[in-house]
Amino acid sequence: MSVVPAEVLPGGARAVPDTAAGAAELGPSARLWPSLVAVYRAQLSRARVARIPLLFVATFQSIGITVMMRGVVDSGHEAQSVVAGSSVLVVAYVALNLLSQYFGQLRASGGLDHYATLPVPPAAVVLGAAAAYASFTVPGTLVTAVFGCALFGLPLSNLWILVAVIPLAGAALAGLGAACGLLAPRPELATLLGQLGMSAALLLGVLPADRMPEVVRLARDLLPSTYGVEAYARTFGADPDWAVVLVDLGVCAGVGVVSLAVATWAYRRAAVR
Amino acid sequence: MRGLGKTYPAVKSRRGAPGTPEVRATDGVELDVRRGEVFGLLGPNGAGKSTLVRQLTGLLRPDTGSVEILGHDIVRHPERAARLLAYLGQESTALDELTVSLAAETTGRLRGLDVRRARAERDAVLEELGLTPIAGRALKKLSGGQRRLACFATALVGERPLLVLDEPTTGMDPVARRAVWAAVDRRRAERGTTVLLVTHNVIEAETVLDRVAVLDQGRVIACDTPAGLKERVAGEVRVELVWRERAPLEVPEVAVLRERAAESGRRWTLRLAPEEARAVVATVTGGAAFAALDDFTLATPSLEDVYLALGGAARQGLVKT
Repeated sequence: MSVVPAEVLPGGARAVPDTAAGAAELGPSARLWPSLVAVYRAQLSRARVARIPLLFVATFQSIGITVMMRGVVDSGHEAQSVVAGSSVLVVAYVALNLLSQYFGQLRASGGLDHYATLPVPPAAVVLGAAAAYASFTVPGTLVTAVFGCALFGLPLSNLWILVAVIPLAGAALAGLGAACGLLAPRPELATLLGQLGMSAALLLGVLPADRMPEVVRLARDLLPSTYGVEAYARTFGADPDWAVVLVDLGVCAGVGVVSLAVATWAYRRAAVR
Repeated sequence: MRGLGKTYPAVKSRRGAPGTPEVRATDGVELDVRRGEVFGLLGPNGAGKSTLVRQLTGLLRPDTGSVEILGHDIVRHPERAARLLAYLGQESTALDELTVSLAAETTGRLRGLDVRRARAERDAVLEELGLTPIAGRALKKLSGGQRRLACFATALVGERPLLVLDEPTTGMDPVARRAVWAAVDRRRAERGTTVLLVTHNVIEAETVLDRVAVLDQGRVIACDTPAGLKERVAGEVRVELVWRERAPLEVPEVAVLRERAAESGRRWTLRLAPEEARAVVATVTGGAAFAALDDFTLATPSLEDVYLALGGAARQGLVKT
């Protein structure tokens, strides 16, 4: 197969080719939605291979926390925060911690090159992965919520609010996770940031806020998962204030938009150095 | 070469790769690759091959110089690279947890194919490379060679006129290797696909490449056909002598040779004119020296010899041993 054309001779390869004439037609580039769906599907299939044990860990951790807190708090307002907090903790574990680790490792190992050499919009890669990780959290969050409600005798009637809480808290936390993973200069740091974020969601989200000192309450207000927790916790009451629930969810959505935009920017930066 | 009335994919880049300061990963590299050619980049680890490829694929912005692919300026429009070329990198982490079939399909989708075409091309490519039986298995669970072949398959889904392959056949068995080169040949014959191949493997380079550029410390130290390169050292043959325990330096002829030999344990490597080589072989295969001789080989120059003769870094071989 090494047939050498006659004109290929030493020195003959120096001419600069004509650039203007006959530029090749560019291949198609992938549009946002189809490629987002493709990334989402591929990421979701990874769950079967790699994520299931971790999803179990996430769920058991949250269930364990509700059991532990059962010995500390009685039913009532505090129980509501515990159940809501431990449910949203599943989202924090998977979307923030695991996604941060995933992108950190992908970046460090050069795996981003695969996406970067495909004509795919950066937002499709980030949003597809974030959406998939947010989806991973659905079973764990539901199981924790149902278990917690049963344990503390809370009503299941407004469980449907999770349909809004999971995607919005998921967007906010996955966006943060992706941004941490893509911005961290080393994968260990991405893992550390993800773990810290999850610990913060655990400590500030699950424990009832009323007993906390002012500084901790401020930190709690800064954490996006808090608003997901609050939105869910408010719906346990007999007559929930839906306007406040909407505001809480609006904060999650806002943080989600900003953090996913930052993550997209971070991806672009990490992919082409 | 312009007499043919074609524009050729051209690679020209000078001085690149920031990263660690003061390291010139590519230093004034100038190369022209012609359309439909299988062009090789050969060089030891750290020669700048990967940096060059990253610059060419739009992953890394060169500090100076220009890269032009099929008439498109890649330095000014790095995003066009993805629409002109398919890149097979050394890492498969982005695909590891997918099945072979989904990896190929997803990559096709991300190259802008619609679902139907992505699936059709996926099936065709997997069939062509003999991957259909393992299509449902995750890449992670495959052997190194099979995984590499699956990654190669993803590079073929969603036709591109230029394939940039970074050591595509690492770890592959001969059957898989043959499938890769057959697939490359077919695309070249049918669609005039151009291939830029990064390799360590000198033997493979000799058999598949039309032309080869030898890179060393970020510079192109030679660029020619494999045969053309070998002609440069055509006057020499390589003699390898392996002694049983140690070289019989008490034999005067052997003692003389020592100065010209590259010693590596019990092995001496000599580059000699053919007549000299004949004399050396006669010496060591007769008389006192023969008793100390374990093995000897006499070989015509290979690309590896060319590389050494050109003064490659540290004067080591290209193939890791």
